[in-house]
Amino acid sequence: MHNNYVFIRIPSLSVNESFTRAAVAAFCSSLNPTVNEITEIKTAVSEAVTNAVVHAYEDKIGEIEIQCRIKGRVVEIIVEDFGCGIEDVEKAREPLFTTKPELERSGMGFSVMESFMDEVIVLSEKDVGTKVILRKKISEKKQKSLNEEIDESSEEE
Amino acid sequence: MNIDFVETGQVLTIKLKGELDHHSAEAARVLVDEKIKNEKYSKLVIDLKGLDFIDSSGIGFVIGRYKVIRKRKGVIEIVNAGKKVRKILDMSGIGKIINIK
Repeated sequence: MHNNYVFIRIPSLSVNESFTRAAVAAFCSSLNPTVNEITEIKTAVSEAVTNAVVHAYEDKIGEIEIQCRIKGRVVEIIVEDFGCGIEDVEKAREPLFTTKPELERSGMGFSVMESFMDEVIVLSEKDVGTKVILRKKISEKKQKSLNEEIDESSEEE
Repeated sequence: MNIDFVETGQVLTIKLKGELDHHSAEAARVLVDEKIKNEKYSKLVIDLKGLDFIDSSGIGFVIGRYKVIRKRKGVIEIVNAGKKVRKILDMSGIGKIINIK
């Protein structure tokens, strides 16, 4: 089977954060993920895209590219910007580290990505840009299908 | 993102509906801070019943309001967080400083 993929290119406007995570989630739906898995992917993508929006281009607007590929049961999402780069990637990945506390940044972005995805790779070069690679295997055998879970959660309310 | 305010004496309840991310948190911050500028509120209740999505920017928003309220010795409380939202709240450890009901 041919591996499926989609590319999205957006200006680094915060209004695009919700569109991007929803688009990636919709693309992944062919793997029949659970509601939980979809939420985890959405949240991780939101963190990566928000990082690019907030940090990559200072006060200017640049471009962010989101590539999403399905390889077997694995979803790979690459969020790439062409901005200022991260000076110290190791430091940036530390929980609660932020360069912008005055903007109410919690410093949790990478921690969230790491706990929700199987693999998080950060490649960055000063003044060239940053590439965040997120990978997650979507479980095959499930007790409940997505539709059953939706029925259940609507019953809860 | 949609915000409803409910006043009961010195308690201000903020009902957040929709998605609380970096984009919507910016707008929510302006609205909420304008409202709590009024010093009569000693307690802020953040009602997350209608919230479908939150990420770390949303957590930043909640911590930001906690700081504003704490400055004048007020209290803050989070209520009605659904399962999905609760997961992020728990991950952040925000429960150590803010009462989650």
